[in-house]
Amino acid sequence: MVKITVTVDGQSRTEDVEPRLLLVHYLREKVGKVGTPVGCDTSNCGACTVSMDGQTVKSCSVLAVQADGSSVTTIEGLADGEWHQVQKSFKECHGLQCGYCTPGMIMASVDLLKENPHPSEAEIRDGLEGNLCRCTGYHNIVKAVQHAAAAGGAQ
Amino acid sequence: MTAVDEGTATTAPGRAKSVGTGLKRKEDARLVTGNTNWTDNIQLPGMQYMAFLRSPMAHARITRIDVTPALSKPGVVAAFSAKEIGDKLGSQPCVWPVTDDIKIPSYPALATDEVRFVGECVAVVVASDRYAAADALEAIEVDYEPLPAVVDMRAAIADGADLVHSDMGTNSSYTWKLNGGDYAAAKAKADRVFTRQYVNQRLIPMPMEPRAVVAAPTGSDGELTLWTSTQIPHIVRVLLALTAGIPEHKLRIIAPDVGGGFGSKLQFYREETIAAVVALEIGRPVKWVETRSENAQATHHGRDQLQEIEVAITNEGKILGMRVDLLANMGAYMMIITPGIPILGAWMYHSIYKMEAYDFTCTGVFTTTTPTDAYRGAGRPEATFAVERLMDDLAAELKMDPLELRKMNWIENHEFPYESISGMTYDSGNYEAATEKAVAMFDYDGLRAEQKQRRESGDTMQLGIGISTFTEMCGLAPSRVLSALKYVAGGWEHSTIRVLPTGKVEVVTGTSPHGQGHVTAWSQIAADQLGVDPDDVTVIYGDTQSSPYGMDTYGSRSLVVGGMAVVAAAEKVVEKARVIAAHMLEADPGDLEFVDGAFGVKGSPGTTKTIQEIAFAAFTSHDLPDGVEPTLQGVSTVDPQSFSFPHGTHLCAIDVDTETGMSKIRKYVCVDDIGNVVNPMIVEGQVHGGLAQGIAQALYEEAVYDDAGNLVTGSLVDYLVPAAPDLPFFDTDRTVTPSTTNPLGVKGVGEAGTIASTPAVVNAVVDALRHLGVQDVRMAMTPERVWRAIQDAQGGGSGAADGGERTAEGTIAYGGASTESTAGGESA
Repeated sequence: MVKITVTVDGQSRTEDVEPRLLLVHYLREKVGKVGTPVGCDTSNCGACTVSMDGQTVKSCSVLAVQADGSSVTTIEGLADGEWHQVQKSFKECHGLQCGYCTPGMIMASVDLLKENPHPSEAEIRDGLEGNLCRCTGYHNIVKAVQHAAAAGGAQ
Repeated sequence: MTAVDEGTATTAPGRAKSVGTGLKRKEDARLVTGNTNWTDNIQLPGMQYMAFLRSPMAHARITRIDVTPALSKPGVVAAFSAKEIGDKLGSQPCVWPVTDDIKIPSYPALATDEVRFVGECVAVVVASDRYAAADALEAIEVDYEPLPAVVDMRAAIADGADLVHSDMGTNSSYTWKLNGGDYAAAKAKADRVFTRQYVNQRLIPMPMEPRAVVAAPTGSDGELTLWTSTQIPHIVRVLLALTAGIPEHKLRIIAPDVGGGFGSKLQFYREETIAAVVALEIGRPVKWVETRSENAQATHHGRDQLQEIEVAITNEGKILGMRVDLLANMGAYMMIITPGIPILGAWMYHSIYKMEAYDFTCTGVFTTTTPTDAYRGAGRPEATFAVERLMDDLAAELKMDPLELRKMNWIENHEFPYESISGMTYDSGNYEAATEKAVAMFDYDGLRAEQKQRRESGDTMQLGIGISTFTEMCGLAPSRVLSALKYVAGGWEHSTIRVLPTGKVEVVTGTSPHGQGHVTAWSQIAADQLGVDPDDVTVIYGDTQSSPYGMDTYGSRSLVVGGMAVVAAAEKVVEKARVIAAHMLEADPGDLEFVDGAFGVKGSPGTTKTIQEIAFAAFTSHDLPDGVEPTLQGVSTVDPQSFSFPHGTHLCAIDVDTETGMSKIRKYVCVDDIGNVVNPMIVEGQVHGGLAQGIAQALYEEAVYDDAGNLVTGSLVDYLVPAAPDLPFFDTDRTVTPSTTNPLGVKGVGEAGTIASTPAVVNAVVDALRHLGVQDVRMAMTPERVWRAIQDAQGGGSGAADGGERTAEGTIAYGGASTESTAGGESA
């Protein structure tokens, strides 16, 4: 077991974990952040995307011990009093149906807009390539990111 | 509390109707903030984790199995093979024996003496966490004696074939036929007969949430609660009771948030049975969460048909008759409706076209592969693919515009209601209007002109235009029809509506949404029926304790069947409220009208009683009319009188790079007619997602087995679910021809996009390359396949110029599609 200290959605915690424990399982089963789901075992789907020290990571591809000393933001910590613009835009534009990919899709979109506040359609599609959705055909997800960009969602 | 005021209320100005508006979804607030309740989120005190040992072989005899070494591994509390608990598991059921002489094999939840597909459950380990359970699997000892894999359908039904189930003596499960008119006579008088063979490849549904199950013993007398990521909690309850012998009244099934299904969770899985039995056995809650790799192997697959379709025609292109002959891959076992899936397409191959005769035959074939069952569209995408591919190929053969050929043969608007050649009554449709609108949106003539120019200039980038004019039958289903089809259950749906003392409304539904937005749409329907605000309505679903009756969600049935139960339950609420209102208003019930949520005397504006006031009166029940029971609720179970028949015209323009084989959709236009619409925003989303899955079949997705029966597309690395860059924006619109078979005039929409889009895309690619000699390209139309099809056609080789197998060697070998056409009515 290895002792790690991680700040998750603003709260710091220290505990012993197995070295092989994946960050997503740490978040879900040790911290109780079950808003971040698991969709695959090959890091293709992106459902488990979170922000770690300002970088988006697929939390199934990071070991919990690698997050030692880091600050992790999940979908549950994204809203700051009120919803992030990207969350608002996903609802406004019907950018989700079953909602399983949505946490990862929103986290990836937030990062995309941070790097490129006014992306083209192609830049949005390329930027979200690592996140799979089976419900929407991406049409309204792209529209949602465009909507968020127009509303100044990069903040 | 205004509800008890004795004062008068004047009739309010007309309340805006919610149905027809794009109300933002009520579901979304939880889903965009991570405040979700997926099955995998559930944690219970003392809960253990299950992991399955699965067969690594497509076909083998189990000569020895020993789970005891796993018991000494860290954290392990139990391990079972069929030896230990097989007696308690029973055989997994099939509820659709399509013929009297169908062969349905035993399907033990844990394999007993033989395994028949890679991924089949062989043993289960129960441990303190999911890592420990997975670790302990390695300690289980199994000796397998390999048996021949059977992966090719044609080889499977040839004489002397190796058998999947040796006791059956054949790999053919059933042959099912449907006839209308006299096909031999139609063929005899035809000028020509045109025959095509198509491959509708196997797909993996791949909802983003893999399956998950939590089973918890909840009482002292064998009670059990099962949370499962399913589309069908009510059906799971019945089947679990029948299969594992757990009394139905002791079972509570909950489908919490479910992350997509697309038919793959319209199933009763062996892991559900095992979880229930193991939880009762060890007396503790157990959880199992499927990995994506397990999902690819052990969650049922879809499609997988070899299709032969033939039309007898006049020289002008008028269709006189159609013959369809299918081989449908069942996989290794019959799951709940495996045999019925290709049969659901039987009424759809003739589609929107008029003809004198129709002859349909389907043979279900066992192979040592993952069982197939429902995948979005379930039989109808396969049918639409074959007939719409045929129409484009036939138009090319006749040197006609493919739209003109369709117009010559389709049912005209004035002919509805129309009884199809297979005996289905199409309620309504306007193929002319949808096509006219789509053609205008698409700039059909402009794109044809560009295509001509590019062909003439020998451009390496060729433009193809593909057409699909489809219909489908949805709204499963009138129970009497299901009975005639030998389906063992009914097709009704249930709703209870309660108006609470404070005037808020609870709608209980038997549908089980998993992304479709029923909470929003049902709120809109109930709000309009009762004259309340949609925000004052809540929808209760997915738990057999709170929603005890239901037939669940699949087959584009939820609105056209479940929504009608909501309407009928609301009507019963209004009926009862009318009697109470009449008493309160000292009027005759027949003199009252119900407008915008309040009863008043017809023709005399003035005193009214709102539904909320009536609900409170029904709650206090201090002064109810004689014979009226307290509380205000309506209960209805609705059996649909017929199917509904959505239709539409889909047009795809695709750029094909003839040097690389790369295809890219330039424009996708669809005009769907799904009758009246409850929520256009949700409808459009359903169409988008459906299009994506249909386009994915055409361009990207294919489950591939090697000749040893190994699934070589067993993860999202190998199985190409499209990502955002792989798809375009879609140009969608609608025409509205209301259904005549339900009170809202609605038709289903959940599968329309998937059913329609696949042939539009393939037709476009073939159209781009036809002048180069290409007549067919096998799905998934990878760049390699497109390139090979061009090379074969250009080389004038004798092989089928359709791109061939996805992998050259060592994969499932159907022998390629034949693309011959014959003239003069000689072909068989």
